[in-house]
Amino acid sequence: MSVDLQTVRRAARLARIYEPESRLESLARELNAILGWIDLLEEVDVEGVEAMTSAVELTLPLRDDVISDGGQAKAIVANAPQSADGFFVVPKVVE
Amino acid sequence: MTELTELTLSAARDGLVAKAFSSVELTAAFNDAIEAVNPILNAYVTTTPQKAMEMAEASDARRRCGAVGPLEGLPLGIKDLYCTQGVRTTACSRILGEFTPTYESTVTANLWRDGAVLLGKLNMDEFAMGSSNETSRFGPVINPWKRQESGNVALTPGGSSGGSAAAVAADLCLAATASDTGGSIRQPAAFTGTVGLKPTYGRASRYGMIAFASSMDQAGPIAKTVEDSAILLGSMCGHDPRDSTSLSLEVPDFAAAVKRGVKGLKIGVPKEYRVDGMPDEIEKLWHQGMTWLQDLGATIVDVSLPHTKYALPCYYIVAPAEASSNLARYDGMRFGTRAAGDTLTEVYEQSRAQGFGNEVKRRILIGTYVLSAGYYDAYYLRAQRVRTKIADDFKQAWQVCDALLTPTAPFAAFGIGEKSADPIQMYLNDVFTVTANLAGLPAISLPASLDAHGLPLGLQVIGRALDEETILAVGGALEAQAGFNAKPKKWW
Repeated sequence: MSVDLQTVRRAARLARIYEPESRLESLARELNAILGWIDLLEEVDVEGVEAMTSAVELTLPLRDDVISDGGQAKAIVANAPQSADGFFVVPKVVE
Repeated sequence: MTELTELTLSAARDGLVAKAFSSVELTAAFNDAIEAVNPILNAYVTTTPQKAMEMAEASDARRRCGAVGPLEGLPLGIKDLYCTQGVRTTACSRILGEFTPTYESTVTANLWRDGAVLLGKLNMDEFAMGSSNETSRFGPVINPWKRQESGNVALTPGGSSGGSAAAVAADLCLAATASDTGGSIRQPAAFTGTVGLKPTYGRASRYGMIAFASSMDQAGPIAKTVEDSAILLGSMCGHDPRDSTSLSLEVPDFAAAVKRGVKGLKIGVPKEYRVDGMPDEIEKLWHQGMTWLQDLGATIVDVSLPHTKYALPCYYIVAPAEASSNLARYDGMRFGTRAAGDTLTEVYEQSRAQGFGNEVKRRILIGTYVLSAGYYDAYYLRAQRVRTKIADDFKQAWQVCDALLTPTAPFAAFGIGEKSADPIQMYLNDVFTVTANLAGLPAISLPASLDAHGLPLGLQVIGRALDEETILAVGGALEAQAGFNAKPKKWW
């Protein structure tokens, strides 16, 4: 499989990373080199093999459905680029 | 007497117990060394000399009261992806700006609980994506080791834990925390003549560690000796309810395992770990390692891990896929840097374009692509199935052996800029280390000899899940046999 400029443009858009048109061609070349190498996996017979989802067998633990933390608005917004009264200030979301 | 900074972790601990020196004296010696040497090696990206002295004073006070922890008064360096309360933490990415955590990672909290002293935060590849420390926003780390015939060529210390490895090798801390997703502890350890250990996935909590690829990220130490790595590992590990993949198990006495010996152990040698173009010296060292273990009563058995060649391609689907999801949080809204833009989407796109470096962007794009509609089955699902086969290879091997012996890396430390033009060449650094991450297994790298250029080479021991003790026993035996005591020449 090889990626074209439109595919790179789409991936960049999905990833919310601005890539200028002038970079798309070199990016496509880099991604194709890597994906070409990854294509080696096509020769592995994976018929009937379960996908590995965890490196160690364990059942995810459950905890009681109770509040265990909170009241930390000040700490949470401490690193915000912009905040006011314990809220994040963000660009307008709805026009 | 040896200079205080040249001591091993265990020797420094003994010295503190014997009151030969105080933590304040030891810490001051490191602060002085860092001030003098760090501008040249660039191992630390943030130093905390004042905080270090305060912690050392508090430690000396505790000792006077008889309250002594396992790491009491011992100064350590911390990789810049562990959140440290009140101390800037950036994963060496521009996108985190001056991020200063309001909470402490579990691993570092465990170290402070046990009495350790923080010297500062260590340089690394951006978000731990790299094998040469060249992708750091703060610039590369310089390896304290140089080729003996070309002393003016700056070499990389490997990566991503390049700062941790260089700081330990140059005596800028007694030992350091590091992290390993594809080889980021073991490869830099091999490049700098230090010991690096990645425990079983789940041994150490990931809470407060900046995430790269969550199904493989694991904390571990870089230290001067196998015993030191065991001591530090013992403090780093332990169950943590705040990480749902943290294993609810007792932490064994890792340090006790180091001198256990290898008599009667079966050591597997995987034939697939012979790769084209690997220097003869590495092949020879590998054979030497087998002989050393045989001399101590271990048996060498040939094993096959037939899916080894698929490990790196598999990793370069799984890791970028997880990274693209983990790094979605960096949007310029809640922390880090925010770029200007006319719409919300533009703010996101510009913040991320300006905040991430090229290697990180490349991996996010690959991850986004392999997870996108229409490609998920062909790439991601297939890779996760291949991962099962890689893990099964190891399960087969454990039928006939107790641990595996391999080289750590296919070459010694290389020059800055030498491999950065071709991503795939850079990725090949991890050819022998990445399998243990995919399968979640513990593995240690220790220095075993010098090559013809006078650069250190490492051997790796991989063990069964949760069997860090056997790899420490094998590592301890190899260390004793190798008698590696070379240090980089102090050219700085």
